[in-house]
Amino acid sequence: MTRTGLSVAIRKSFDADFTLEIGFAVPDGITILFGASGSGKTTLLNCIAGLAIPDNGRIALGGRVLFDAVARINVPVARRGIGYLFQDLALFPHMSIRRNLAYGLSAMTRAARAERIEAIAESFKISKLMERKPFELSVGERQRAALARSLVTSPAALLLDEPLAALDQVVKSAIIADLREWNEAHRIPIIYVTHAAQEAYALGARMIVIEGGRMIAQGTPQEVLQAPRQERMAQLAGFDNVFDAEVTAVAEASGTMTCRLNKTPLEIEVPLTHTPADRKLRVAIRAGDIILAVARPLGLSARNVMEGKIRSILQEGVKLIAIVEVEGVGFEVHLTPNAREELGLKVGGIVWAVVKTYSCHLVEAEEIG
Amino acid sequence: MDWQPIILTIRIALTVCAILLVIGIPVAYWLAFTYRRWRFMAEALTAMPIVLPPTVLGFYILIAIGPHSPIGRLYQGWFGRGLPFSFEGLVLASVIYSFPFMVQPMAVAFATVDRNLISASWILGASRLKTFFRIVLPLSIGGVVTGIVLSFAHTLGEFGVVLMVGGNIPGATQTIAIAIYDDVQALDYKSANETALVLLAFSFITLSVTYALNRKIWAAPSLYRTLPRA
Repeated sequence: MTRTGLSVAIRKSFDADFTLEIGFAVPDGITILFGASGSGKTTLLNCIAGLAIPDNGRIALGGRVLFDAVARINVPVARRGIGYLFQDLALFPHMSIRRNLAYGLSAMTRAARAERIEAIAESFKISKLMERKPFELSVGERQRAALARSLVTSPAALLLDEPLAALDQVVKSAIIADLREWNEAHRIPIIYVTHAAQEAYALGARMIVIEGGRMIAQGTPQEVLQAPRQERMAQLAGFDNVFDAEVTAVAEASGTMTCRLNKTPLEIEVPLTHTPADRKLRVAIRAGDIILAVARPLGLSARNVMEGKIRSILQEGVKLIAIVEVEGVGFEVHLTPNAREELGLKVGGIVWAVVKTYSCHLVEAEEIG
Repeated sequence: MDWQPIILTIRIALTVCAILLVIGIPVAYWLAFTYRRWRFMAEALTAMPIVLPPTVLGFYILIAIGPHSPIGRLYQGWFGRGLPFSFEGLVLASVIYSFPFMVQPMAVAFATVDRNLISASWILGASRLKTFFRIVLPLSIGGVVTGIVLSFAHTLGEFGVVLMVGGNIPGATQTIAIAIYDDVQALDYKSANETALVLLAFSFITLSVTYALNRKIWAAPSLYRTLPRA
């Protein structure tokens, strides 16, 4: 066991349907916990904080054992010294921000408490809001206040459950910057839960992916999201095109192989990957990695240039989603409205779809059922 | 105008309210937060006095505190007089029959407090007691006030149980309701009317003042749920 950092190895069952079974160690600094709703991440956080009790396992923070089923240790919530910021913030509505911050500091002397509160209010830029009540603040201000309240007690670890979900990018970036700065000074393990890939890139050096109550991937955000090894991971990471792949040729010298997609005549070139013979394979391609051309392009480095027909174009906000059919395989392609205008793209039109070899990712298929 | 029944009734109602506040809060807390499977039985028991005919309730209370019962004999031994047909006996009976009127509104109000606020309080290091007094109680004060008002009002007007357990002893157990009944039996409508009018006015003023104060309290929680500034 490490002497610093948070280590968790627990198991908790809910009826017959869902079991959380996970083990990992988190050092100082920010670790992203990435997962969809229902993946078990909130239960995991609750177990770490002491709000839920695992069936068995062990949780330790910096050498201090918080939970041990075998040794029958279960430190009550109020004594774990772990900060936990809920998704709905849970600021006490009947108290001013100042009193909210002071709530966890009742053991300090008045002078020390005032000093600590002033300091954190400065760090998180809420000094002017101290006498107001939560309902008088904007969403961004509330988030800062709630974050400040969870840190003012100098916790030994911090859990953040999708804390910035409702904010726009500018406000988010500012709060993230403040959090990083605070952590430079304090160096505690911080678990930051999100399902937004952008936040993962912005924040963490480390990422843990949880799905169906289990950890399915671990590594840097780049490793985990951009080169997913499993299909579920690919779906979570936002790969819009996932096809069955059957390897038809291998070229060791150039590091590529050819795959047939979805049992159609279409074949594309993908990076050479050594996979166990008994595993079914899929190819995952991001919709944003596909380029369209209205005339057959020449002299490109890309290895996959395919002629197809536009089956549909839909607008989603400022993004256009086009489905291009190539020899029976439907590719989802993302375009800007400008592109459609300038190229005169329309349903039924002939286009060439361009995909680089390295934009194609081989993943292991999920078992169905 | 005989003020004795009026003063007595108010004395009883205030005493009963105070007692119910002390024993009602822990019971309401337990009902609101316990996970025990047999909570439904406790809830049913609490609600019984609402549903039972007052004479049935009165009858059983009389048996339970009568001179042949353990409680009755204990009281007789300590104080040298019987528990039925006494002020103390009436207070005891009133506590029982007004119990749900104090406990139910409070239990509902406690249970409605956002659980995340309670969790947040624990996470910040507060004990369950501190959490109750600083988070749960302030956010459910409307329910507490409702409990007080309802149990007070109910105690003021109870007739059936009082008749069974209290009898009709002026100064000790002759409440307003009994006094009016008495007057009507004696065909003294004038006296009955005067007494009844006082009770009517008093009840109305009490409730109006309470609801007027409560408007601010009841409005406050909805204030806390206001949408954020743009």
